[in-house]
Formats: sequence, structure tokens, C-alpha cells
Amino acid sequence: MTSSRLSKGGRIDRSKSVRFTFDGKAYSGHPGDTLASALLANGITLFGRSFKYHRPRGVFAAGSDEPNALVTVFTGDVREPNVRTTELEIYDGLVTQSQNRFPSLEHDWMAVNQLAGPLFSAGFYYKTFMGPAIGPLRGTRFWMFCEKFIRRAAGLGKAGTAADPDRYERMNAFCDVLVVGSGPAGLIAAEAAATTGARVIIAEERPVAGGSLLASGELIDGRNPAVWAREKAAALANMPNVRFLTRTSVWGYYDGNVLTAVEHVSDYKPNRTKGQPRQRHWVVRTGRTVLATGAFERPIVFPGNDCPGVMLADAVRRFAIEYGVAAGNNVTLFTNNDSAYDAARALSQAGVNVTAIIDVRSDVSGTCRDIASVAGAELLLAHAVTGTHAGKTLSSITVQHFNAETGRVSGAPREIKTDCLGVSGGWSPAIHLASQAGGKPDWDEDLQAFLPPEPNQNWVTTGSAAGYMDTISVLSDAATKGSAKSRLVLPHVEAPMLDASPAPVFEIEPSIKSQKAFVDFQHDVTADDIRLAYREGFHSVEHLKRYTTLGMATDQGKTSNVPGLAIMADVRGITIPQAGTTRFRPPFTPVSLGAIAGERYGDLRPHRLTPMHDWHLANSARTYEAGLWHRPMIYGSHGETVEQAYTREARAVRQSVGIVDVSTLGKIDIQGPDAAEFLDRIYTNMFSTLPVGKARYGLMLREDGIAFDDGTTWRLAETQFLMTTTTANAGTVMQHLEFFSDCIWPDLRVHLTSVTDVWAGSAISGPKSRAVLEACVIGTKVDNVALPFMGIVHGKIDGIPVMICRLSFSGELAYEVYCGAGFGTKVWEALLAAGNPFDIMPYGLEALGTLRIEKGHVTGAEIDGRTTAHDLHLDWMLSKKKPYIGSAMIGREGLKDENRLSLVGLISMDNQSITGGSHIVTDPVPREPADSFGHVTAACYSPALGKYIALALVKHGTSMIGNRAFATDLLRDKHCPVEIVSHHMFDPEGSRMHG
Amino acid sequence: MIIKCPYCGPRDVIEFIYQGDATRTRPEPASDDRAAWNAYVYDRTNPSGSHSEYWLHSGGCRQHLLVTRDVSTHAISSVVFARDAAVSAKSGELA
Repeated sequence: MTSSRLSKGGRIDRSKSVRFTFDGKAYSGHPGDTLASALLANGITLFGRSFKYHRPRGVFAAGSDEPNALVTVFTGDVREPNVRTTELEIYDGLVTQSQNRFPSLEHDWMAVNQLAGPLFSAGFYYKTFMGPAIGPLRGTRFWMFCEKFIRRAAGLGKAGTAADPDRYERMNAFCDVLVVGSGPAGLIAAEAAATTGARVIIAEERPVAGGSLLASGELIDGRNPAVWAREKAAALANMPNVRFLTRTSVWGYYDGNVLTAVEHVSDYKPNRTKGQPRQRHWVVRTGRTVLATGAFERPIVFPGNDCPGVMLADAVRRFAIEYGVAAGNNVTLFTNNDSAYDAARALSQAGVNVTAIIDVRSDVSGTCRDIASVAGAELLLAHAVTGTHAGKTLSSITVQHFNAETGRVSGAPREIKTDCLGVSGGWSPAIHLASQAGGKPDWDEDLQAFLPPEPNQNWVTTGSAAGYMDTISVLSDAATKGSAKSRLVLPHVEAPMLDASPAPVFEIEPSIKSQKAFVDFQHDVTADDIRLAYREGFHSVEHLKRYTTLGMATDQGKTSNVPGLAIMADVRGITIPQAGTTRFRPPFTPVSLGAIAGERYGDLRPHRLTPMHDWHLANSARTYEAGLWHRPMIYGSHGETVEQAYTREARAVRQSVGIVDVSTLGKIDIQGPDAAEFLDRIYTNMFSTLPVGKARYGLMLREDGIAFDDGTTWRLAETQFLMTTTTANAGTVMQHLEFFSDCIWPDLRVHLTSVTDVWAGSAISGPKSRAVLEACVIGTKVDNVALPFMGIVHGKIDGIPVMICRLSFSGELAYEVYCGAGFGTKVWEALLAAGNPFDIMPYGLEALGTLRIEKGHVTGAEIDGRTTAHDLHLDWMLSKKKPYIGSAMIGREGLKDENRLSLVGLISMDNQSITGGSHIVTDPVPREPADSFGHVTAACYSPALGKYIALALVKHGTSMIGNRAFATDLLRDKHCPVEIVSHHMFDPEGSRMHG
Repeated sequence: MIIKCPYCGPRDVIEFIYQGDATRTRPEPASDDRAAWNAYVYDRTNPSGSHSEYWLHSGGCRQHLLVTRDVSTHAISSVVFARDAAVSAKSGELA
């Protein structure tokens, strides 16, 4: 194959040249070239090595259906693999490299894989990586070791590891009509829709509009069809209600007429305009979709059909007409339909030498014969190509007599010198998006192709995507599909009478096979692989696809799907529609992850900060994240460890007074005449009996009887409650309440509002906490009479209205002070000032945890979605007077089983820390596996007890109290002797908080 | 998928949270019919075709919606407020 630039033609700008490199060598092309056309113009025909066998491969197609000619594009350290050279527009400084070859494209060591052909047949991986079932290597990891090398030998381009420096953006768009494709059908459909005033978006994957018109030898209104298309596109783009997107590939069709597309904004430019993204990802919500996606030519499968120089007939034509490139000096064509004659006509007009047309049919029309004779091509009817001769590129083909009825090859082989063979096996409508949308395609006997299914959403197909294969019928169909009200006057088309219906010939299979016949070029699947899959029992197309990987490469079988199905149908002795087809999945063409992510990368979570956050940071708090919240862990001072810090903070609370930010607690305002009744149903305990101005600790269960969340709820008025939830469950509890209010008890007059962010909360705890309040609160008394345990008062601190509730998580005399979020820091600082005489100590989550572990209070670590109220010793909260959520299920046997884990305390016997997540075992020696009968949920050093302690869920918990065991943590290499004790480890009578 | 919220209009599915099968009936709160409760809490059919289900418009009006959706095509045939549906179901029971 000696490809070269023709002296004229193509929509390239011959007055300018563009420099680029391929495999380290510099070449030049013209603006308008793709990498494929520019390399062909430079006489390069070997583009890469194949997936499994490392066979030399050249360019096969001219567009997004290209299976072979993929390269890696380098931009600095960034590599983008598997870019189709047929779509890659060249620019100055473009650096590209061929793939899957070592050490070089010309000399590839792995080409020895071709000799081991039978080893790499269908199902290779399944058969190989099971590992030896007998022999010395059985059960060893030997095969896993081999797998690494075998996998390295196969494959396409390598993904890069450098961070992508480019910017991508996302756009949402809305329109009445989305037209996909801007060939003759797309242009006319868009015009028909746009002239009715509809908002229209047209998406074209190529840089220019026109589709098949760009390489057509026909005349439209007596003019070059490419020029007609360009002017039509420009006129459309000028309409105010039309958005014309070029270089935009629509890649996904989703429910609700939502389509996704990628627009190549600047990645074809040598110097990207500042601020422009590389690609823009579109999500288009459209009223109606017109799929004018065209059709893909498909090959005929024959021995030796994969060498460089064998191409689709239409690709040979497009390189000549669109890019002014002759793909060979002596082009031959091999066909089962008329479209190759149209290619022959266009090629000879462009000055490409067509020496022979080999047609499997025994007779063709007079038009075809005339074209062959005008082109000066020898016409070989009832013949087929049965082999190729090629070193790294095609030098000749073997043709033999062929009977299209029987599929039999006969007669003496004849060799024809040719450096480029254009193959046409018929046309397959590009039904990918329609198939994604959900319908099952219909087989058309005439076209020997799958047509788009009946629409199941508001979409239509038109043009060759709908099976119209000549320009005249394409235009009239498109006008009506664009708008039923269309009154467009259609242009006059001059075209030869040709029939795109092919003879049903998909494979040429000579009785003696000396060469492989490829079906899927990108995954190296041969016709024999399909037959092997059949013999091994993989008959359904779904199995065939997965077993052979047919159609599963990055091109998704655009050229291989129908020939593969035809071969399978043939071996099974059924028709192609009986064999069926698989559904296409997004994306239509590969999409970079960067484009999908857009600007959404890195840490995307919202960061929730409490009103006092800045104060915490200014006072050397070390924070960590609890859900989305940032919360102080400890307040660090010089050189303390975390343990020293929380010990100091917790000790201060027990000895005098401490203050902690509790603004993160979930808060839900519940109002309405039936609010109390609602809470009675939600909580396990009674709230309707709660007096105004008092709070109560509440527990809620899930419907299945498992504990869900706990917290205090305050009755602020007869019909108003303020519920608090755990920080982590705030959202879920809100949703839970809304579900019951909306769906189950719509008759209850109750209204729910999330007020978590409305209030700032500070908890002060410790024997001196009342003295602190007395020093700063005005407008209310806070003594034991005015503010008893669980009482609520309203007052002011530093002029700010506050609501104070006396409740305790630490087990000390303690209060929660709530004020409007905007005044959080002011009130916090006023409390600190009032506490100054008592050395008030701000404390973080670690100390908060320590205080609650000492007391045996539960949190999310114990309410873990598996425990019941009984397991957590909260039975006393289960009302017997009323039903509540979960009450019907709580009595089930499994939830009352004596073997269940229940809450206990642990005390370390060797003065070593216990780690969270440790398992409780009896074995004094750490070993694996061991029988675990429980696990540690939370652990700390207790300053009150002077020991390392923990809470744990342990089988037969209560009856185990007093026993010894071991807390074992093999991951952290710990094995700690512990005594099992009651979970109330400190002040079990609660005298301190009631004091 | 686009859900036509009766309050907010047509909105993308990312604004909604699926809240489960809407065909099951919660037994009377005081009922101790264990089988009925088991069926309500655990038993789900998996029909092909039309299905009614709850969706919470969490990114919008925060109303629960009763959506009738064909689970094989995702075609939505009706969307109403779950509250309205529950009220009319209750009044139907009384009548």
C-alpha cells in the first residue's frame, strides 16, 4: 500500500502546513486533516498492533467507527490512550504514539503471539486462569503470577498516571427538539423544526456539518453537496432559536428524554484560548429527539481481512474526497451491494485509480456496469476475495469464483495486485442511541440490517439511521420527521440509481483456511472464535458476546456486530433476527472521565461549621470531621498527647466545670394540635404527659423493632416541641418523621421543620455549672426549684435571649444553653467569662466521649442498627400503655434471644489501653481464628476511675459481669486482659447530676 | 428520569430519594397480628410493569410523592402527593 496526497481536492487548507509527530518522527499535514488522513498522505499505512496477536494494523474506517488505528496522545506528562486517528484533528505540536507494540511498531517482539494463535482463542482467560487442577503447581499462586505477564502482552493503550491539568465544564441545556447528526437528514429535520419556531439544538460529532454529503458524488440543486450542507448549516446556526454544536458526540440516551454529549471545545487547538475548557459535557433535556445518526458501512469477513490496506470502501472514498488522500495507487473494491460502485465513481472522479471491483453477486444493474467501465475497473461478478498477501501492508489479493446462494468458493485462485482493498458488506443504521433508549431493534430483510425500534420515548429516527439509503428519500423523510407541519421545499438531487440492499453474504469461508478471518478487529475476535464458542455451548448472543468479547472493545462493535451475529446465526442454522442482538449501552464513543466530572472533583462534600467554629480554631482546637460537621476533638496545649488533653478536659468537668459546643445536634421543631400524639407514636415512651417547660429523654425504634435514635425532646408549649437527635442521624430522623407524617398518619395535624442550623448550643457541665449560670443569666432563676432536672427556662445572657434546659450527657450537673445561631459565639464567650472564676474548661469530643463512656450512655456506636432497647438496657423506656413504631415487632423471638449481644463495661486489667473494635475472647493467647463473643464499641482512659475502660457489646452481657476475658485486636497487635463490669461505671446512682 | 412534582414541576431524579414500595398497608398500630406485621416490614413483591412507590422530594418541597412507575420502562404514569393519596385512602376505608 502506497498512500499519498492527491494533487487536488479535500476540505483541507493546502496553503498552510501543520507539524506533528508520530512515534517520534516529525510529519506535516494541512489544517482540516485528521491524524489518519495526514499519516496516509505521508505514506504511512501501519498504525498499530492488534490487541491479542500483535498483528500489524492500518486504518480501517474514516470516522468514529474506527477499530484499529488508535494512538496515544501526549500533552506534557499527560497521556490519553486509544484516541481514534480518524477523528483526531491534527494541530501544530501534536505528539502521538502507536500502541501495543514493543520495542517499536515495525519490530514487535510480541508478534510471536500470532504463532501461538490457538492458545489465545475465545474464552482464553476463563480457560487459563482457573489454574492447574492437578500437578505440582496446584493450589499455588503460580498462575496469578503468570497472569500479570499475559495481561501485559494484550491490550490497547496504557492509561496515564499524571494528573490531568485540563479544565472541563458541564452544561445543562433545554430544548424542544434535539437533532443528533447534521447530514442531509439532520439538516433538513432541524430546518423543518426550527422554522416552526421550536428551540432546536443540533449536535454534530464531526468538525463540519454534512455527514454523507461531504464525500458524495451527487449534486444538490446542481451544486457540490458539501457546499450546500455548509451553507444550510450556517443559515441554521444564524437562527436565534437554534444552537449548532459541532465536534459534539451525543453519547448517552437516558429516561425522560435526557441525553448526554461531549463537545470538544479546544482539544484540537495548538494554543488553547485562556479560560476555554478542553471539553464541555452537555446534559440536554429535550421535548423530542430526532436521531439522524446515519449508518455505518460494515465489512465482509474473509481470510486475511485485517492487514493494513484493507479498509471500508466508504473510508477509501472519504479519504479521497474529504482529505484529498489516495489510500492506495491501485485500489480494488469488494462488495455485496451497489454502494461500492458509488465509491468507485467518486474515487475515479477524484483521480484515484480503481483497478477492479469484485462483487459476490452474479449480476448487477446497468448503472453499476457503466460506472465500472467509466472508472476503467475490471468487473468480477460472482467472485470473492479469499485471501490477502501482505508484509506490513497489502500487496495483492486472491480472488476465486463464489456462489452467493450456496456460499461456496470454487475454481482456481487468481492473484490481483492491489495496495488498497475497499470492502463493502452493506450498511447498518446507527441505532445505538435508539437502542440505549430501550427498544428492541427490528431486522430488515431488504437491507440485511437492524432498523431502529419503535420509539418508547418521544423520539424519531430519520435518514439512513431509519433505513433510507438514498438522498432523495432521506430528505423527504427528514422534513416530516423534523416537523409534521413542515412546508419545506426540498432541493433537487441528482444521483445515480443505486440500490444499497446487499446480497446476504457476511463471510467468505474457503474450504482450506490458511489465514485468520477477523470479525472484531479491536478485540482480535475471529470467525473461528465464534464457531468455537458455539461448539463450547455459548449459543445465545449474550453469551457469545461475553465469552468471545465480540463487540466489547472501545468501538462497541460498530463494524463487527452484524457480521458476528450473522456467523452465529449461520452455525446455529437460524436467521439473524432469531439469533437476536444485544442492547447498546452508553457511551456511543469513549468519553473522558474529566468531561463527566467537569469541575466536580476533589473534596465535594459541604463542610458544616458551627457558629463557634472560628473561636475553636483561635483557641487551638484540633478538629475532626463527624459526618459533614467539623468538631473540636481536643483543645491542644503545649506538647500534650490527645490522651493527656482529653484527660485534663474530662477531669476539669468532674472537678469544676467545662463547656462544649453541641450546636451540631439535630433539632426538629414539631408543632400542631396533634404534635404530642405524633411523638407518642414515634417514641417508645410517652410524651403527651410531658408538662410544658420540661424535657424528656426519648428513644425511637425502626419498624422492625431495632433501636434507631435517641435524644431529648423539649415541650416548649402545649402544641410545640423541640426534638433533638444525634448529630449523625439528624437527616435520617427528619426523613423518618416526614414519611410517617405524609404517608402513614396524614390525619395528624402536625408540622415538621428542621431547625438544626437555627440554634447554637453550648453545654456546660460540672459541679460549678449552676454557679456559672447564676453569674451570667438574667431574667430567670436557675436554682433547683426554678430549673429542676429536665426543666427549661428562658432568660438572657449578655443581652441575648437564651433557652436553658437542665440535662446531662456527662453525668454531672449540666445545662444546655441555646440561642440564635448568629449569637452563638457571643453567648459562648459570656459563659466562658462567667466561668472564669471556676477555671471553666472548653472540652472537645474526646472528653465528651470519655464522660459518657464512664456513665455508660449510648451513642451511634452502640445504636448500630443491630441492637434493641433490651440489648442496651433501655427496656425501661418501652411504654406498655400505647403502641409505637416498632412495638409490634420488638417481641419477636430473635430479638429476645438470650444469646444476643448486650451492653457491658470493660476495665483493663493490665493498665493498657483497649482499642475500639477489639473482639472479646476467652483465649489468653492471641490467635486467629478465635471465637469472639462480643466487641468493643468505645474505649478511653477514665480520669474518674484512673483506669482504661471501654463499653462493649457482649453475648449474655449482664450475666457475664464479674468475669474476666481478653479484648483482642489482631490488626493493632493488642491482647488486653479485661474485667467485664456494669456499663454504669461511674456514679451509678446518678447523684451528681441530680445534685 | 424526570419526576413531575405536583408542587415544583418536572425535576430530575437526583432531587428525589426513593422511599420504598407504596403498595403495602401498615397494620393498625395496636395490632398484634405478627404475620401482617412481617408482611408489612419485610415482604416485597418484585413485579415487572406498573408499580406504585414513594419518593421524597428531598431537594425540593420535601413532600412525599406517590409515583406510579413502570419499572421495566421507567415511564411514570402518575405523580400525586402521598398525603392526599393517604387521606383519600383513609376516607375510602371509612365510607
